[in-house]
Amino acid sequence: MSEALKQKIQDAFHEPGCATNAAKPEAERKKGCAKQLTPGAAAGGCAFDGAMIALQPITDVAHLVHAPLACWGNGWDNRGSASSGSELYRKGFTTDLTELDIVMGNGEKKLYRAIREVIAQENPAAVFVYATCVTALIGDDIGAVCKAATERFGRPVIPVNVPGYVGSKNLGNKLGVDALVEHVVGTMEPAEPGLTDINIIGDFNLSGELWQVKPLLDRLGIRILGSISGDARYAQVAMMHRARVTMLVCSHAFMAIARKLEERHGIPWFEGSFYGISDTSAALRTLCRMLVERGAPADLLPRCEALIAEEEARTRAELAPLRPRVGGRRVLLYTGGHKTWSVVSALQELGIEVVGTSMRKATDGDRGRVTEIMGTDAHMYENMAPAEMYRLLREARADVLMSGGRSQFVALKARVPWIDVNQEKHEPYAGYMGMVELVRAIDRAVNNPMWADLREPAPWEVPACEAPDAPFVLASVPGSKADFEDC
Amino acid sequence: MARLIHPDRALSTNPLKVSAPLGAAMAYLGIEGAIPLFHGAQGCTAFAMVHMVRHFKEAIPLQTTAMNEVSAILGGGEQIEEAIENIRKRAKPAFIGIASTALVETRGEDVAGELREMLRRRTDFADTAVVYAATPDFAGGLEEGWARAVEAIIDALVVEVPRRVRQVNLLPGANMTAADIEEVAGMIRAFGLTPVILPDLSLSLDGHLAEDWRGHSLGGTRLADIATMGGSVATLAIGEAMRPAADRLAALGVPAHVFPSLTGLKAVDAFVATLMRLSGAEVPASLRRDRARLSDAMLDAHFHIGGLRVAMGLEPDLGFALGTTLAAMGAELTCVTTTATAAAERLPVAEVAVGDLGDLERAAERDGCQLLLTHAHGRMMAERLGLPHVRAGFPIFDRLGAMDACRTGYRGTRAFLFEVANAVLSHPHRPRPEDFGAARISPEFDHATPPPSHH
Repeated sequence: MSEALKQKIQDAFHEPGCATNAAKPEAERKKGCAKQLTPGAAAGGCAFDGAMIALQPITDVAHLVHAPLACWGNGWDNRGSASSGSELYRKGFTTDLTELDIVMGNGEKKLYRAIREVIAQENPAAVFVYATCVTALIGDDIGAVCKAATERFGRPVIPVNVPGYVGSKNLGNKLGVDALVEHVVGTMEPAEPGLTDINIIGDFNLSGELWQVKPLLDRLGIRILGSISGDARYAQVAMMHRARVTMLVCSHAFMAIARKLEERHGIPWFEGSFYGISDTSAALRTLCRMLVERGAPADLLPRCEALIAEEEARTRAELAPLRPRVGGRRVLLYTGGHKTWSVVSALQELGIEVVGTSMRKATDGDRGRVTEIMGTDAHMYENMAPAEMYRLLREARADVLMSGGRSQFVALKARVPWIDVNQEKHEPYAGYMGMVELVRAIDRAVNNPMWADLREPAPWEVPACEAPDAPFVLASVPGSKADFEDC
Repeated sequence: MARLIHPDRALSTNPLKVSAPLGAAMAYLGIEGAIPLFHGAQGCTAFAMVHMVRHFKEAIPLQTTAMNEVSAILGGGEQIEEAIENIRKRAKPAFIGIASTALVETRGEDVAGELREMLRRRTDFADTAVVYAATPDFAGGLEEGWARAVEAIIDALVVEVPRRVRQVNLLPGANMTAADIEEVAGMIRAFGLTPVILPDLSLSLDGHLAEDWRGHSLGGTRLADIATMGGSVATLAIGEAMRPAADRLAALGVPAHVFPSLTGLKAVDAFVATLMRLSGAEVPASLRRDRARLSDAMLDAHFHIGGLRVAMGLEPDLGFALGTTLAAMGAELTCVTTTATAAAERLPVAEVAVGDLGDLERAAERDGCQLLLTHAHGRMMAERLGLPHVRAGFPIFDRLGAMDACRTGYRGTRAFLFEVANAVLSHPHRPRPEDFGAARISPEFDHATPPPSHH
């Protein structure tokens, strides 16, 4: 690993804005916040994967992966970030290095040619070049190639140095956005910067989630100037430094860019969430307050309150008829989302019982909040091994699992409904309207008549014995080192 | 229990129903060496034949008594006799199945009586079995016509014989394809039972290239086997429309088991349970495997079928089979069917219109349906409404392999669920800002388009 990359990783883990990080002793802080990976029991993505998650939603950029085929041949076209403009980001570009390329040291030359070809073929706003394990190992200097290509072709060519072996997806998130801070932010100026221009960082517009929130901002006259990276154009990243406020959407990984925007350009930031009713309202309130503090017209505040009142009333009215259909159902949450309290409280408001929630990435503060909402800490658990989860679900101790894609089949094979709440999901659940969608999805899942049919014994089987009625105490479930849902 | 609605209108737009004589002709074509004969005007036969040719992609040996102005008034008995004589001369069929049409039924001809008298007189016709079913176009549709023909065959050709241990009668419904029949017959055989299938389109209209040209059906149920059906240990009738036929065999001492559907987990389970009881045999491992695979397919498909609003225009029994399967997966149905039958009343919806594709199109628009399930004539409607269209029933003239579609049994159900889910997936919806009421992003941010000039 080059000294420069080592330093960058150290920097990435040095996050004064992060409460979790700040609370750690010096020695531990040095180790970073990514948990050490366990050989034989790791399933999450690598640093390259993390960088792609963060950057690929930038729509008019050619994302060029400098690697043998596996990195992108196996990885492309698998996420649901929506675009209102260019579809270029969905195409898969890679240098597809061969054995000969590697042995003969042709990597840099091939990369340079690939950059030239992708600019000629696609006319992208910029080219992002991703270094991966092999190309880092053989010592390709992608920084130099990108610099030369930028000069030669008159098009921004941005190096993203994220070999998979340096660490986990979380680290890749950080390294990816760091490339934006270093090379992109501040390189373009908006035509008419406004007093209500904002940045949104950490929303990827999965299945259009950003657009579930955007009408609210539209009505308040707030413009999304910069975005990392939901439905973002390259220019929107380049102009981020002119926004008035940055909203960081529930994510520690992207805190660095928010902090650097503050340090370098004086843009204050806050952390908020658009999942759940109360968090959506809180985010809107904070956003408007901070904009007004920075000089936006003061009437923004009463307009914001009126909007919140109207939207909350409408949402509750839309949720009311769903209450009898979902009330009393037991939900097991298995997400990395330590910021889902708002969703938990909205579900509880509908009479849904949250029987458990994973605390894999939670801080002590998060734990306190969960205990507060749920009244006890008996429902918190750490990682759960698939076999353990299967047993719990098979015993019918939860009616529905809400998780990411990797535990999908644990639930399904246990004949238990499953709702995708992670980045591969196909339904948008953000903002007020997203909350209604989520409850509809729960309704559709748990009330599908299929489950009853599926649980019936086959004609040649004796009926299965009844499920045990023991209380559900997740805290007693033995933890697993295997984080098979690294999200 | 669905309420049947009869739309209050005089105009029928874009018919859904297929006539009863055509159904009868199709059933007759499942007998070996058969020629169906329409007792009516030439056009009845021509339209029906073209319809079937387009669907099966086969030469269809459908004949007509070619009623003319004189016989339409004075009676068509002689026309039948002349037709049989000519058909025997030209094609030497083992079996002629007569289906009446609206013309002769309106006249009120006693076809059955005249036929009896004629066959008594014409002993030279003895080596051709002749069967008659009353199937006026104005009563019932494809499924009813098919059922009347099967009943007529049983009445005429089944005789009392000694018990045949391990033989069962299988009466497939009108909308079962060759692949459906093969699937069901395979399940029956897997339990060590021998089915006599009446009629058996899987041998005649499965689309095979024969070594010879014949003017009659190439394959089908053998007359000798039909004669033994009275000795079977049970009758397995598929579809409510086949109940009267099963009852006729029950009158000969063969217990009747009517299965409203053989599509869907529960329906197939019920069928398998019956086979277990009838045979006393172990359930074959392959069938257990098929059930496990269907269960898994249900899990995968429910994400796409759960909550899916389906506009379904099908004959009652087929509609019941496919409709209950989709409803059991959480789909919401908007139904139009062709005839007011018991199966139509049991569709898993509050209301069923007995109507046409025009009714279905209006209802689909009203209910915001997302998928169309009907025969090929629905294609224009699918285009107008921008819906994925799964073709089922008769006719399917704009796709090949209609007889290869198996939607029966564990495997067929699995294929059907995938077919529907894939139809949904093949109409991908990419979300757009306006779907959520969001304003579009300012064009200021868009990348300017001039191509690079550097090389």
